Amino acid sequence: MATALMTTPTQRHADSPARDWIERLRAGGPEEATAVAELHALLLKAARFEIGRRGAELRHLRGGGGEDLAQQAADDALLAVLGKLDDFRGESRFTTWAYKFALLEAAVKVRRRAWQQREVPLEDEAWRRLADAGSAAGRRAEDAELFAALREEIEAGLGPRQREVLVAVALNDVPIDVLAARLETTRGALYKNLHDARRKLRAALAARGFEIGGEEER
Amino acid sequence: MKRDEILGRVLGPDAPELTCEQCFAELDRYVELLVAGQPADERVPGMHAHLDGCPACAEDFRSLRDLVARQGH
Repeated sequence: MATALMTTPTQRHADSPARDWIERLRAGGPEEATAVAELHALLLKAARFEIGRRGAELRHLRGGGGEDLAQQAADDALLAVLGKLDDFRGESRFTTWAYKFALLEAAVKVRRRAWQQREVPLEDEAWRRLADAGSAAGRRAEDAELFAALREEIEAGLGPRQREVLVAVALNDVPIDVLAARLETTRGALYKNLHDARRKLRAALAARGFEIGGEEER
Repeated sequence: MKRDEILGRVLGPDAPELTCEQCFAELDRYVELLVAGQPADERVPGMHAHLDGCPACAEDFRSLRDLVARQGH
């Protein structure tokens, strides 16, 4: 068997700086402690970057607390990175790989903090949005029928969890992490609910004869 | 909210897409390819569709892209 196939993913792909990071983070003693401190500093920089760009959301928070959130995010990201070093495949820079953990931790913390005192909106709000979309001035009659059919399918064609997730995330702008925390589940599990609900709605609308377009802008 | 926007939100992308877990696993590679001008969507199929459908992952993507670009990758 070729030597390359017998190496670990990290050994196979990692560039030299990445190998240095991995080796130093596993070196033990003062070298490891220094590397961990450097990594924490990088993660803190990323967390501050994320919290800085979310300034508008943070303004809603009582007493600020952005720096505290950044520190917590960096601490949690450090644990995540150190616990997942074996998962690093070397297909990006080590720093880019590490940054994503800090950005995720910071973003989730900001979203949850911003929603701490807020109730998840009721379905009525979602129905109003659908009705508005279907009845806006100048709209074709087919659009009113489409949005009426959409509401019917959401109400009658989806399971309770699928409806709850779709209405909250897609219509009422509830962050999926916030909903996941309240329902004691994960972002991935809820997105699976959302994905299944969307497929079901597309199929139901197609069965009713509605033609739905493709992707929209990111 | 515009007609197409609300339909996009409710019906999501009409293409095969990654899961949130797969998105997170591939995000660093995808972003570096993109920032380097490489064909990121060809190399990481399903990512674009997932970012269209998942607002939280799309925010994570934009943050990492902007941070990496700012670092002068």
